[in-house]
Amino acid sequence: MNISNDIDSEKHMDTEISSSTPNSKNKEDLLLHLADTILILSHRNTAWCGHGPILEQDIAITNISLDLLGQARNFYQYAAKIINEATDLNAAKTKIGNDAEGLKEASEDSLAYLRTEREFKNLLLVEQPNGDWGQTILRQYLFSQYQYLIFEQLQQSSDQQLAAIAEKAIKEIAYHVRWSSEWVIRLGDGTTESHARMRNALEELWPYTGELFMPAEYENKASIGFELNSLKQQWSEKITEIFEIAALPSPKSMETTFMQTGGKTGNHSEHLGFILAEMQYLQRTYPDSTW
Amino acid sequence: MESNILNENSLAVIQQLLSTVCDPEIPVLTITDLGILRGVKIVNDTIEVTITPTYTGCPAMEMITMNIRLALIEHGYKNLVIKSILSPAWTTDWMTEAGKEKLKVYGIAPPNLTQAVCEPKLFAEAEAIQCPLCDSWHTKLISQFGSTACKALYQCEDCMEPFDYFKCH
Repeated sequence: MNISNDIDSEKHMDTEISSSTPNSKNKEDLLLHLADTILILSHRNTAWCGHGPILEQDIAITNISLDLLGQARNFYQYAAKIINEATDLNAAKTKIGNDAEGLKEASEDSLAYLRTEREFKNLLLVEQPNGDWGQTILRQYLFSQYQYLIFEQLQQSSDQQLAAIAEKAIKEIAYHVRWSSEWVIRLGDGTTESHARMRNALEELWPYTGELFMPAEYENKASIGFELNSLKQQWSEKITEIFEIAALPSPKSMETTFMQTGGKTGNHSEHLGFILAEMQYLQRTYPDSTW
Repeated sequence: MESNILNENSLAVIQQLLSTVCDPEIPVLTITDLGILRGVKIVNDTIEVTITPTYTGCPAMEMITMNIRLALIEHGYKNLVIKSILSPAWTTDWMTEAGKEKLKVYGIAPPNLTQAVCEPKLFAEAEAIQCPLCDSWHTKLISQFGSTACKALYQCEDCMEPFDYFKCH
């Protein structure tokens, strides 16, 4: 977003007026990517609240949403701190003059509610529709297995705050991996109907798994402390193991699938705009409202 | 309200006060029982209280922070800083034995030690959880996710009552 072009509709802090260095820009983008991905998945999952197939699983998926929302908040809060530290608010106000009235520091809320879909850096996988229960389960499993491996590494980060958020979250993710893989197995190796639905879900979602391990600029080794694509094999092995028990096709047999990419840099499928329209409506219509 | 002057006895008094602040969702447990109170310090004329969340998204944390503030202000302590830290990550191993006993009496099975199951093993053999109502070990897991983030749902196969288990974390 360019603040000098569109100051009236968008008055929150952004990077156009920040004096951030390439390193802090990478850190900021990385934190937003992590936060956006987790927030969007949380938001998708919450749509099941009151609609789960049975009460216990309704509670399970909403508990997982709550864990994810908490994790996203930690990343947004940290990103806001970094953005504010890199930005001289007074200098920015001088630069854009009278239009700067209402210009505010970044906050977890402004980052979640006042950025456009081109600014969101979430994975394409998590913005895909809930579909049936099987599709929601498979999306959760593919992501949780990925998130577990990534966060294992982030725990070792030289950035202490990032490491602390990961250390805290990974215990929760362990429960998500276990729950979602058990459901993938139950449904994949279940009835003819449930198996067919899992095959459909896999066909829908697999094309969005390609970008998981393709590093964006902000995911280079210097920024994240490890080679992102070095985790791909471990992830594939885990998936292969579960899919085998679940009687689903192995990742190897799907190697030629055309992979969609772009989420990490803000090029999304059509779904994200609809998600944001709903999620951000209240704050955009009634700015700063609380209840 | 009189302002309380901080002196060398204050720390013990404040710690005592804080150990009366309860978890809003499990009101039999205090923040000391839960192990979420990580430290109290007096720096010049300011009281610094450090707490840590149980689960990242736990909505009780904001209420707990407010209750800590109220408990101290009520007794005349006005200069407060309440900090929340994430690392080291909270574990159910920090729950006191007295806390576990109170949980059981309240009808919630207390957490096992973490080394028991805190790994993503599939269809792992269900932990042996004792029914807090009839003490039977003949119980089964209904769901790993319960009424709050920190609990799992079990059922006793002897007395048939469903019950919450404060899951190890």
